[in-house]
Amino acid sequence: MAVLDNFDLYLRAFGYTFFLFVVAGLLSLLLGTVLVAMRVGPIAVLRWAATTYVTLARNTPLVIVFAFFSFAAPVLGITFNWLDVHIGRFDFTAFFGAAVVSLTLYTSSFVCEALRSGVNAVPLGQAEAARAIGLPFGGVMTQVVLPQAFRASIPPLASVQIALIKNTSVAAVFGVAEATAQMRAFTNDFASERTAIFIAFALGYIVIVELFSALSLLLERRYRAAAA
Amino acid sequence: MRVLRFRAAAAALLLAGGLAACGDAGSDTEGRDVQAEEVDASKFEEGSRMAEIAEAGTINVGVKYDQPGLGFKGAGDDIPSGFDVEIAKILIADLGIDPSDTSKVNWVETISDNREPFLQSGKVDLVLASYSITDDRRKVVGQTGPYFITGQQVLVPADSDVESIDDLKGEEVCSVTGSTSIDRINEAGAKGVGYDSYSECVQKVLDGTVSAMSTDGSILAGFAAQNEGELKVVGDEFSEERIGVGYSQDEPEMCEWINGVLSEAFDDGSWAEAFELTLGPSGVETPEPPALDDCPA
Repeated sequence: MAVLDNFDLYLRAFGYTFFLFVVAGLLSLLLGTVLVAMRVGPIAVLRWAATTYVTLARNTPLVIVFAFFSFAAPVLGITFNWLDVHIGRFDFTAFFGAAVVSLTLYTSSFVCEALRSGVNAVPLGQAEAARAIGLPFGGVMTQVVLPQAFRASIPPLASVQIALIKNTSVAAVFGVAEATAQMRAFTNDFASERTAIFIAFALGYIVIVELFSALSLLLERRYRAAAA
Repeated sequence: MRVLRFRAAAAALLLAGGLAACGDAGSDTEGRDVQAEEVDASKFEEGSRMAEIAEAGTINVGVKYDQPGLGFKGAGDDIPSGFDVEIAKILIADLGIDPSDTSKVNWVETISDNREPFLQSGKVDLVLASYSITDDRRKVVGQTGPYFITGQQVLVPADSDVESIDDLKGEEVCSVTGSTSIDRINEAGAKGVGYDSYSECVQKVLDGTVSAMSTDGSILAGFAAQNEGELKVVGDEFSEERIGVGYSQDEPEMCEWINGVLSEAFDDGSWAEAFELTLGPSGVETPEPPALDDCPA
Protein backbone atom coordinates (compact mmCIF):
# COMPACT_ATOMS: atom_id res chain seq x y z
CA MET A 1 0.00 0.00 0.00
CA ALA A 2 1.28 3.40 -1.01
CA VAL A 3 1.06 5.06 2.40
CA LEU A 4 2.72 2.17 4.25
CA ASP A 5 5.48 1.91 1.64
CA ASN A 6 6.18 5.61 2.10
CA PHE A 7 5.43 5.82 5.78
CA ASP A 8 8.42 8.11 6.44
CA LEU A 9 6.89 10.69 4.10
CA TYR A 10 3.54 10.29 5.85
CA LEU A 11 5.09 10.88 9.27
CA ARG A 12 7.16 13.80 8.08
CA ALA A 13 4.06 15.45 6.58
CA PHE A 14 2.10 15.07 9.81
CA GLY A 15 5.21 16.36 11.59
CA TYR A 16 4.81 19.64 9.72
CA THR A 17 1.09 19.67 10.57
CA PHE A 18 1.96 19.13 14.22
CA PHE A 19 4.62 21.86 14.31
CA LEU A 20 2.32 24.34 12.58
CA PHE A 21 -0.33 23.56 15.20
CA VAL A 22 1.96 23.75 18.24
CA VAL A 23 3.69 26.99 17.28
CA ALA A 24 0.57 28.76 16.01
CA GLY A 25 -1.47 27.31 18.90
CA LEU A 26 0.84 28.68 21.61
CA LEU A 27 1.27 32.04 19.90
CA SER A 28 -2.49 32.40 19.37
CA LEU A 29 -3.17 31.64 23.06
CA LEU A 30 -0.67 34.33 23.99
CA LEU A 31 -1.96 36.95 21.57
CA GLY A 32 -5.57 36.03 22.34
CA THR A 33 -4.97 36.61 26.06
CA VAL A 34 -3.45 40.03 25.39
CA LEU A 35 -6.41 40.85 23.14
CA VAL A 36 -9.00 39.87 25.73
CA ALA A 37 -7.22 41.92 28.40
CA MET A 38 -7.39 44.89 26.01
CA ARG A 39 -11.05 44.24 25.27
CA VAL A 40 -12.21 44.16 28.88
CA GLY A 41 -9.67 46.73 30.09
CA PRO A 42 -10.28 50.33 31.18
CA ILE A 43 -8.45 52.08 28.31
CA ALA A 44 -10.90 53.03 25.56
CA VAL A 45 -8.32 53.17 22.75
CA LEU A 46 -7.06 49.65 23.48
CA ARG A 47 -10.61 48.37 23.83
CA TRP A 48 -11.45 49.85 20.48
CA ALA A 49 -8.27 48.52 18.85
CA ALA A 50 -8.83 44.97 20.11
CA THR A 51 -12.48 44.99 19.07
CA THR A 52 -11.55 46.19 15.59
CA TYR A 53 -8.84 43.56 15.30
CA VAL A 54 -11.18 40.74 16.32
CA THR A 55 -13.86 41.95 13.92
CA LEU A 56 -11.37 42.12 11.04
CA ALA A 57 -9.50 38.87 11.64
CA ARG A 58 -12.56 36.83 12.52
CA ASN A 59 -14.53 37.99 9.50
CA THR A 60 -11.79 37.31 6.94
CA PRO A 61 -11.55 33.85 5.34
CA LEU A 62 -8.32 32.15 6.40
CA VAL A 63 -7.19 31.55 2.83
CA ILE A 64 -7.26 35.31 2.21
CA VAL A 65 -5.11 35.91 5.29
CA PHE A 66 -2.68 33.35 3.84
CA ALA A 67 -2.81 34.96 0.41
CA PHE A 68 -2.08 38.35 1.98
CA PHE A 69 1.10 37.16 3.69
CA SER A 70 2.12 35.15 0.64
CA PHE A 71 1.52 37.60 -2.18
CA ALA A 72 0.72 41.11 -0.93
CA ALA A 73 3.03 41.38 2.08
CA PRO A 74 6.26 40.82 0.09
CA VAL A 75 5.32 43.74 -2.16
CA LEU A 76 4.90 45.91 0.95
CA GLY A 77 8.31 44.79 2.15
CA ILE A 78 7.10 42.27 4.75
CA THR A 79 8.94 39.01 4.12
CA PHE A 80 9.92 36.02 6.21
CA ASN A 81 13.07 35.26 4.26
CA TRP A 82 15.14 35.74 7.44
CA LEU A 83 13.64 32.55 8.82
CA ASP A 84 15.98 29.66 7.97
CA VAL A 85 16.00 26.94 10.63
CA HIS A 86 16.69 23.29 9.82
CA ILE A 87 16.05 20.64 12.44
CA GLY A 88 16.65 17.08 11.30
CA ARG A 89 14.49 16.48 8.24
CA PHE A 90 12.37 19.55 8.83
CA ASP A 91 12.95 22.91 7.18
CA PHE A 92 11.42 25.96 8.76
CA THR A 93 11.73 28.70 6.17
CA ALA A 94 9.79 31.70 4.87
CA PHE A 95 6.79 29.52 3.95
CA PHE A 96 6.52 28.05 7.44
CA GLY A 97 6.89 31.53 8.95
CA ALA A 98 4.16 33.03 6.79
CA ALA A 99 1.88 30.08 7.59
CA VAL A 100 2.43 30.41 11.35
CA VAL A 101 1.79 34.17 11.26
CA SER A 102 -1.39 33.72 9.18
CA LEU A 103 -2.72 30.96 11.43
CA THR A 104 -1.81 32.86 14.62
CA LEU A 105 -3.38 36.16 13.61
CA TYR A 106 -6.55 34.38 12.49
CA THR A 107 -6.89 32.01 15.44
CA SER A 108 -6.08 34.56 18.15
CA SER A 109 -9.30 36.44 17.38
CA PHE A 110 -11.25 33.27 18.16
CA VAL A 111 -9.13 32.64 21.27
CA CYS A 112 -9.93 36.19 22.40
CA GLU A 113 -13.65 35.62 22.06
CA ALA A 114 -13.55 32.21 23.75
CA LEU A 115 -11.67 33.77 26.67
CA ARG A 116 -14.06 36.70 26.80
CA SER A 117 -16.92 34.26 27.37
CA GLY A 118 -14.85 32.93 30.27
CA VAL A 119 -14.24 36.43 31.64
CA ASN A 120 -17.99 37.11 31.51
CA ALA A 121 -18.56 33.94 33.51
CA VAL A 122 -16.44 35.24 36.41
CA PRO A 123 -18.83 36.93 38.89
CA LEU A 124 -18.45 40.69 38.89
CA GLY A 125 -17.90 40.59 42.64
CA GLN A 126 -14.54 38.88 42.09
CA ALA A 127 -13.13 41.80 40.14
CA GLU A 128 -14.67 44.30 42.56
CA ALA A 129 -13.19 42.49 45.54
CA ALA A 130 -9.79 42.39 43.84
CA ARG A 131 -9.97 46.13 43.20
CA ALA A 132 -11.13 46.71 46.79
CA ILE A 133 -7.95 45.17 48.19
CA GLY A 134 -5.98 47.62 46.06
CA LEU A 135 -4.87 45.48 43.09
CA PRO A 136 -4.19 47.46 39.91
CA PHE A 137 -5.86 46.36 36.65
CA GLY A 138 -2.94 44.11 35.72
CA GLY A 139 -3.16 42.36 39.07
CA VAL A 140 -6.93 42.01 38.88
CA MET A 141 -6.58 40.31 35.52
CA THR A 142 -3.58 38.05 36.12
CA GLN A 143 -4.29 37.15 39.76
CA VAL A 144 -8.06 36.92 39.88
CA VAL A 145 -10.03 37.15 36.66
CA LEU A 146 -7.96 35.36 33.97
CA PRO A 147 -7.17 32.20 35.98
CA GLN A 148 -10.89 31.68 36.56
CA ALA A 149 -11.73 32.72 33.01
CA PHE A 150 -9.29 30.16 31.57
CA ARG A 151 -10.91 27.35 33.54
CA ALA A 152 -14.37 28.40 32.49
CA SER A 153 -13.43 28.61 28.83
CA ILE A 154 -11.52 25.37 28.35
CA PRO A 155 -14.24 23.69 26.23
CA PRO A 156 -14.56 26.59 23.72
CA LEU A 157 -10.77 27.08 23.70
CA ALA A 158 -10.31 23.41 22.86
CA SER A 159 -12.76 23.78 19.97
CA VAL A 160 -10.81 26.77 18.66
CA GLN A 161 -7.54 24.85 18.82
CA ILE A 162 -9.07 21.79 17.14
CA ALA A 163 -10.24 24.05 14.35
CA LEU A 164 -6.65 25.30 14.14
CA ILE A 165 -5.33 21.73 13.72
CA LYS A 166 -7.54 21.30 10.69
CA ASN A 167 -6.92 24.82 9.41
CA THR A 168 -3.21 24.02 9.06
CA SER A 169 -4.23 22.17 5.89
CA VAL A 170 -4.59 25.52 4.12
CA ALA A 171 -0.79 25.79 4.25
CA ALA A 172 -0.67 22.90 1.72
CA VAL A 173 -1.08 25.35 -1.14
CA PHE A 174 1.17 27.99 0.41
CA GLY A 175 4.46 26.15 0.28
CA VAL A 176 4.39 23.92 3.38
CA ALA A 177 4.71 20.18 2.74
CA GLU A 178 2.26 19.25 5.50
CA ALA A 179 -0.21 16.37 5.56
CA THR A 180 -2.73 17.63 3.01
CA ALA A 181 0.02 18.48 0.53
CA GLN A 182 1.48 14.99 0.98
CA MET A 183 -1.95 13.46 0.51
CA ARG A 184 -2.31 15.23 -2.80
CA ALA A 185 1.12 13.99 -3.84
CA PHE A 186 0.09 10.42 -2.98
CA THR A 187 -3.24 10.59 -4.82
CA ASN A 188 -1.40 11.97 -7.85
CA ASP A 189 1.21 9.20 -7.83
CA PHE A 190 -1.04 6.33 -6.78
CA ALA A 191 -4.34 7.03 -8.49
CA SER A 192 -5.46 3.44 -7.99
CA GLU A 193 -5.30 3.69 -4.18
CA ARG A 194 -7.22 6.92 -3.78
CA THR A 195 -9.68 5.67 -1.13
CA ALA A 196 -7.03 4.05 1.06
CA ILE A 197 -4.95 7.24 0.91
CA PHE A 198 -7.90 9.41 1.97
CA ILE A 199 -8.64 7.12 4.89
CA ALA A 200 -4.98 7.03 5.98
CA PHE A 201 -4.77 10.81 6.07
CA ALA A 202 -8.17 11.26 7.72
CA LEU A 203 -6.94 8.86 10.42
CA GLY A 204 -3.84 10.95 10.95
CA TYR A 205 -5.90 14.06 11.61
CA ILE A 206 -8.32 12.13 13.83
CA VAL A 207 -5.45 10.84 15.96
CA ILE A 208 -3.98 14.32 16.49
CA VAL A 209 -7.39 15.83 17.28
CA GLU A 210 -8.32 12.98 19.63
CA LEU A 211 -5.04 13.28 21.52
CA PHE A 212 -5.66 16.98 21.93
CA SER A 213 -9.29 16.46 22.99
CA ALA A 214 -8.17 13.97 25.62
CA LEU A 215 -5.70 16.51 26.95
CA SER A 216 -8.33 19.23 27.21
CA LEU A 217 -10.77 16.83 28.88
CA LEU A 218 -8.10 15.99 31.43
CA LEU A 219 -7.55 19.67 32.19
CA GLU A 220 -11.28 20.24 32.43
CA ARG A 221 -11.69 17.42 34.95
CA ARG A 222 -8.76 18.57 37.02
CA TYR A 223 -10.07 22.11 37.28
CA ARG A 224 -13.56 20.91 38.06
CA ALA A 225 -12.19 18.81 40.89
CA ALA A 226 -10.15 21.76 42.12
CA ALA A 227 -13.18 24.03 42.07
CA ALA A 228 -15.40 21.58 43.94
CA MET B 1 5.27 55.84 -3.28
CA ARG B 2 3.19 54.52 -0.40
CA VAL B 3 0.07 54.54 -2.51
CA LEU B 4 1.90 52.86 -5.37
CA ARG B 5 3.17 50.11 -3.12
CA PHE B 6 -0.25 49.63 -1.66
CA ARG B 7 -1.70 49.37 -5.14
CA ALA B 8 0.92 46.87 -6.13
CA ALA B 9 0.10 44.83 -3.05
CA ALA B 10 -3.60 45.01 -3.79
CA ALA B 11 -2.93 43.93 -7.35
CA ALA B 12 -0.85 41.03 -6.14
CA LEU B 13 -3.66 39.97 -3.82
CA LEU B 14 -6.21 40.14 -6.59
CA LEU B 15 -3.97 38.10 -8.81
CA ALA B 16 -3.59 35.51 -6.08
CA GLY B 17 -7.35 35.34 -5.70
CA GLY B 18 -7.60 34.56 -9.35
CA LEU B 19 -9.77 37.62 -9.89
CA ALA B 20 -7.36 39.10 -12.35
CA ALA B 21 -6.74 35.94 -14.32
CA CYS B 22 -4.16 36.77 -16.89
CA GLY B 23 -2.49 34.75 -19.58
CA ASP B 24 -1.41 36.38 -22.77
CA ALA B 25 0.39 33.34 -24.02
CA GLY B 26 -1.95 31.30 -26.10
CA SER B 27 -5.14 32.97 -24.94
CA ASP B 28 -5.19 35.69 -27.58
CA THR B 29 -5.48 33.19 -30.40
CA GLU B 30 -8.84 31.98 -31.57
CA GLY B 31 -7.62 28.46 -32.13
CA ARG B 32 -7.97 26.41 -35.28
CA ASP B 33 -11.27 26.28 -37.06
CA VAL B 34 -12.13 22.59 -36.98
CA GLN B 35 -15.14 21.47 -38.99
CA ALA B 36 -17.31 18.60 -37.88
CA GLU B 37 -17.04 15.56 -40.14
CA GLU B 38 -20.00 13.84 -41.74
CA VAL B 39 -20.66 10.66 -39.82
CA ASP B 40 -22.88 7.94 -41.27
CA ALA B 41 -24.23 5.02 -39.27
CA SER B 42 -21.57 2.59 -40.48
CA LYS B 43 -18.56 4.61 -39.32
CA PHE B 44 -18.57 3.32 -35.76
CA GLU B 45 -19.40 -0.18 -34.66
CA GLU B 46 -22.90 -0.46 -33.30
CA GLY B 47 -23.04 -0.33 -29.50
CA SER B 48 -19.60 1.28 -29.20
CA ARG B 49 -19.23 4.37 -27.07
CA MET B 50 -18.21 6.42 -30.13
CA ALA B 51 -21.47 5.45 -31.90
CA GLU B 52 -23.41 6.44 -28.77
CA ILE B 53 -21.74 9.83 -28.56
CA ALA B 54 -22.11 10.48 -32.30
CA GLU B 55 -25.78 9.51 -32.04
CA ALA B 56 -26.42 11.74 -29.02
CA GLY B 57 -24.46 14.58 -30.60
CA THR B 58 -23.09 15.80 -27.27
CA ILE B 59 -19.81 15.12 -25.49
CA ASN B 60 -18.17 16.05 -22.18
CA VAL B 61 -14.46 16.80 -22.36
CA GLY B 62 -12.17 17.46 -19.40
CA VAL B 63 -9.39 20.00 -19.92
CA LYS B 64 -7.25 22.29 -17.76
CA TYR B 65 -8.29 25.90 -17.40
CA ASP B 66 -5.11 27.35 -15.92
CA GLN B 67 -2.22 26.40 -18.18
CA PRO B 68 -1.52 28.98 -20.86
CA GLY B 69 -0.65 27.28 -24.14
CA LEU B 70 -2.05 23.85 -23.14
CA GLY B 71 -5.47 24.32 -21.60
CA PHE B 72 -6.52 27.81 -20.58
CA LYS B 73 -9.84 29.58 -20.17
CA GLY B 74 -9.96 33.30 -19.52
CA ALA B 75 -12.86 34.89 -17.64
CA GLY B 76 -14.57 36.04 -20.83
CA ASP B 77 -13.85 33.02 -23.05
CA ASP B 78 -16.57 30.61 -24.19
CA ILE B 79 -14.16 27.90 -25.25
CA PRO B 80 -10.82 27.14 -23.60
CA SER B 81 -7.69 27.43 -25.71
CA GLY B 82 -4.38 25.61 -25.96
CA PHE B 83 -2.78 22.54 -27.46
CA ASP B 84 -4.76 20.02 -25.37
CA VAL B 85 -7.96 21.75 -26.47
CA GLU B 86 -6.94 21.71 -30.14
CA ILE B 87 -6.34 17.95 -30.00
CA ALA B 88 -9.69 17.53 -28.25
CA LYS B 89 -11.36 19.51 -31.06
CA ILE B 90 -9.91 17.14 -33.67
CA LEU B 91 -11.30 14.15 -31.74
CA ILE B 92 -14.70 15.80 -31.28
CA ALA B 93 -14.96 16.70 -34.96
CA ASP B 94 -14.32 13.07 -35.91
CA LEU B 95 -17.50 12.15 -34.03
CA GLY B 96 -19.49 14.53 -36.20
CA ILE B 97 -19.89 17.14 -33.46
CA ASP B 98 -19.14 20.80 -34.08
CA PRO B 99 -16.30 21.65 -31.62
CA SER B 100 -17.22 25.34 -31.54
CA ASP B 101 -20.83 24.69 -30.49
CA THR B 102 -20.87 24.97 -26.70
CA SER B 103 -24.37 23.51 -26.54
CA LYS B 104 -22.97 20.25 -27.96
CA VAL B 105 -19.54 20.22 -26.39
CA ASN B 106 -19.43 20.55 -22.64
CA TRP B 107 -15.92 21.66 -21.63
CA VAL B 108 -15.35 20.61 -18.03
CA GLU B 109 -12.47 21.85 -15.93
CA THR B 110 -10.47 18.90 -14.65
CA ILE B 111 -7.76 19.67 -12.12
CA SER B 112 -4.98 17.16 -11.49
CA ASP B 113 -6.86 15.65 -8.54
CA ASN B 114 -10.17 14.84 -10.19
CA ARG B 115 -9.19 13.46 -13.60
CA GLU B 116 -9.52 9.79 -12.62
CA PRO B 117 -12.73 10.23 -10.57
CA PHE B 118 -14.37 12.18 -13.41
CA LEU B 119 -13.51 9.46 -15.93
CA GLN B 120 -14.57 6.65 -13.61
CA SER B 121 -17.92 8.25 -12.80
CA GLY B 122 -18.58 9.08 -16.44
CA LYS B 123 -18.72 12.81 -15.75
CA VAL B 124 -16.43 13.29 -18.74
CA ASP B 125 -15.95 11.11 -21.83
CA LEU B 126 -12.40 12.22 -22.56
CA VAL B 127 -9.66 13.90 -20.57
CA LEU B 128 -7.03 16.01 -22.31
CA ALA B 129 -5.55 17.89 -19.38
CA SER B 130 -1.74 17.66 -19.62
CA TYR B 131 -2.40 14.10 -18.53
CA SER B 132 0.88 12.18 -18.14
CA ILE B 133 0.61 8.49 -18.98
CA THR B 134 1.67 6.37 -15.98
CA ASP B 135 1.33 2.69 -15.16
CA ASP B 136 -0.51 3.43 -11.95
CA ARG B 137 -3.12 5.58 -13.69
CA ARG B 138 -3.62 2.85 -16.27
CA LYS B 139 -4.81 0.61 -13.44
CA VAL B 140 -7.93 2.74 -12.98
CA VAL B 141 -8.51 4.57 -16.28
CA GLY B 142 -7.66 4.12 -19.93
CA GLN B 143 -4.84 6.26 -21.31
CA THR B 144 -3.54 6.32 -24.83
CA GLY B 145 -1.27 8.43 -26.96
CA PRO B 146 1.01 10.17 -26.31
CA TYR B 147 0.19 13.11 -28.53
CA PHE B 148 2.87 15.22 -26.92
CA ILE B 149 6.12 14.58 -25.08
CA THR B 150 7.45 17.19 -22.74
CA GLY B 151 9.99 17.46 -19.96
CA GLN B 152 10.63 19.51 -16.92
CA GLN B 153 12.86 22.60 -17.00
CA VAL B 154 13.60 25.46 -14.60
CA LEU B 155 12.31 29.04 -14.62
CA VAL B 156 14.53 31.61 -12.89
CA PRO B 157 14.85 35.41 -12.74
CA ALA B 158 16.60 36.83 -15.80
CA ASP B 159 19.68 37.82 -13.76
CA SER B 160 20.06 34.44 -12.01
CA ASP B 161 23.25 32.35 -12.24
CA VAL B 162 21.31 29.08 -12.06
CA GLU B 163 21.91 27.00 -15.18
CA SER B 164 20.01 23.79 -14.42
CA ILE B 165 18.21 21.87 -11.68
CA ASP B 166 21.64 20.61 -10.51
CA ASP B 167 22.49 24.12 -9.31
CA LEU B 168 19.47 24.05 -7.00
CA LYS B 169 20.32 21.08 -4.75
CA GLY B 170 18.99 21.68 -1.24
CA GLU B 171 17.21 24.86 -2.31
CA GLU B 172 13.50 25.50 -2.42
CA VAL B 173 11.89 25.25 -5.84
CA CYS B 174 8.23 26.08 -6.39
CA SER B 175 5.66 23.96 -8.22
CA VAL B 176 2.05 22.87 -7.83
CA THR B 177 1.08 20.98 -4.64
CA GLY B 178 0.74 17.26 -5.28
CA SER B 179 1.91 17.41 -8.90
CA THR B 180 4.31 15.06 -10.64
CA SER B 181 6.60 18.06 -11.15
CA ILE B 182 7.11 18.47 -7.41
CA ASP B 183 8.10 14.77 -7.10
CA ARG B 184 10.71 15.24 -9.82
CA ILE B 185 12.08 18.34 -8.05
CA ASN B 186 12.53 16.33 -4.85
CA GLU B 187 14.10 13.44 -6.76
CA ALA B 188 16.59 15.88 -8.29
CA GLY B 189 17.78 16.88 -4.81
CA ALA B 190 16.00 20.22 -4.52
CA LYS B 191 13.16 20.89 -2.07
CA GLY B 192 9.77 21.25 -3.67
CA VAL B 193 7.40 23.82 -2.18
CA GLY B 194 3.82 23.64 -3.37
CA TYR B 195 1.33 26.29 -4.39
CA ASP B 196 -2.11 25.99 -5.91
CA SER B 197 -1.23 27.11 -9.43
CA TYR B 198 1.79 27.81 -11.60
CA SER B 199 0.98 31.52 -11.79
CA GLU B 200 1.30 31.72 -8.00
CA CYS B 201 4.75 30.14 -8.26
CA VAL B 202 5.67 32.79 -10.82
CA GLN B 203 4.77 35.40 -8.17
CA LYS B 204 7.04 33.71 -5.62
CA VAL B 205 9.94 33.68 -8.10
CA LEU B 206 9.34 37.34 -8.95
CA ASP B 207 9.23 38.44 -5.29
CA GLY B 208 12.37 36.43 -4.49
CA THR B 209 10.95 34.02 -1.89
CA VAL B 210 12.18 31.12 -4.03
CA SER B 211 15.03 31.22 -6.51
CA ALA B 212 13.31 29.04 -9.11
CA MET B 213 10.22 27.16 -10.15
CA SER B 214 9.98 24.03 -12.25
CA THR B 215 7.47 22.15 -14.37
CA ASP B 216 7.00 21.20 -18.03
CA GLY B 217 9.08 23.36 -20.33
CA SER B 218 6.08 24.21 -22.48
CA ILE B 219 4.28 25.78 -19.50
CA LEU B 220 7.38 27.68 -18.36
CA ALA B 221 7.93 29.07 -21.86
CA GLY B 222 4.49 30.66 -21.67
CA PHE B 223 5.31 32.39 -18.39
CA ALA B 224 8.74 33.51 -19.60
CA ALA B 225 7.00 35.10 -22.60
CA GLN B 226 4.51 36.82 -20.28
CA ASN B 227 7.31 38.28 -18.14
CA GLU B 228 9.87 39.02 -20.83
CA GLY B 229 13.10 40.44 -19.45
CA GLU B 230 12.29 39.33 -15.90
CA LEU B 231 12.23 35.54 -16.18
CA LYS B 232 14.03 32.97 -18.29
CA VAL B 233 13.84 29.21 -18.85
CA VAL B 234 17.13 27.36 -18.28
CA GLY B 235 18.57 23.85 -18.35
CA ASP B 236 17.88 20.69 -20.27
CA GLU B 237 14.71 18.74 -19.71
CA PHE B 238 15.38 16.49 -16.71
CA SER B 239 12.27 14.35 -16.95
CA GLU B 240 10.03 12.96 -19.65
CA GLU B 241 6.27 13.28 -19.44
CA ARG B 242 4.20 11.52 -22.05
CA ILE B 243 0.97 13.46 -22.41
CA GLY B 244 -1.95 11.29 -23.48
CA VAL B 245 -5.73 11.11 -23.76
CA GLY B 246 -7.73 9.65 -20.87
CA TYR B 247 -10.89 7.57 -21.37
CA SER B 248 -12.94 5.23 -19.20
CA GLN B 249 -11.83 1.63 -18.76
CA ASP B 250 -15.45 0.62 -19.32
CA GLU B 251 -15.08 1.72 -22.93
CA PRO B 252 -11.87 0.10 -24.19
CA GLU B 253 -13.03 0.52 -27.81
CA MET B 254 -12.22 4.23 -27.46
CA CYS B 255 -8.49 3.49 -27.54
CA GLU B 256 -8.25 2.31 -31.16
CA TRP B 257 -10.45 5.17 -32.26
CA ILE B 258 -8.33 7.80 -30.43
CA ASN B 259 -5.11 6.36 -31.85
CA GLY B 260 -6.64 6.33 -35.33
CA VAL B 261 -7.67 9.98 -35.15
CA LEU B 262 -4.31 10.98 -33.66
CA SER B 263 -2.24 9.27 -36.34
CA GLU B 264 -4.44 10.85 -38.99
CA ALA B 265 -3.77 14.26 -37.40
CA PHE B 266 -0.04 13.51 -37.29
CA ASP B 267 -0.07 12.67 -41.01
CA ASP B 268 -2.25 15.41 -42.45
CA GLY B 269 -0.41 18.20 -40.63
CA SER B 270 -3.28 19.32 -38.41
CA TRP B 271 -1.31 18.20 -35.34
CA ALA B 272 1.68 20.35 -36.31
CA GLU B 273 -0.60 23.26 -37.17
CA ALA B 274 -2.27 23.06 -33.74
CA PHE B 275 1.15 22.96 -32.09
CA GLU B 276 2.46 26.04 -33.91
CA LEU B 277 -0.69 27.98 -33.12
CA THR B 278 -0.74 27.26 -29.39
CA LEU B 279 2.80 26.53 -28.19
CA GLY B 280 4.67 28.14 -31.08
CA PRO B 281 4.21 31.76 -29.90
CA SER B 282 6.08 31.11 -26.64
CA GLY B 283 9.10 29.87 -28.56
CA VAL B 284 8.70 26.08 -28.45
CA GLU B 285 9.78 24.50 -31.73
CA THR B 286 7.38 22.04 -33.31
CA PRO B 287 8.83 18.56 -32.79
CA GLU B 288 8.23 15.35 -34.73
CA PRO B 289 4.95 13.68 -33.74
CA PRO B 290 5.56 11.06 -31.02
CA ALA B 291 5.07 7.31 -31.52
CA LEU B 292 1.73 6.07 -30.24
CA ASP B 293 1.37 3.29 -27.67
CA ASP B 294 -0.44 0.12 -28.72
CA CYS B 295 -3.90 -0.37 -27.35
CA PRO B 296 -4.30 -3.11 -24.73
CA ALA B 297 -5.57 -6.23 -26.46
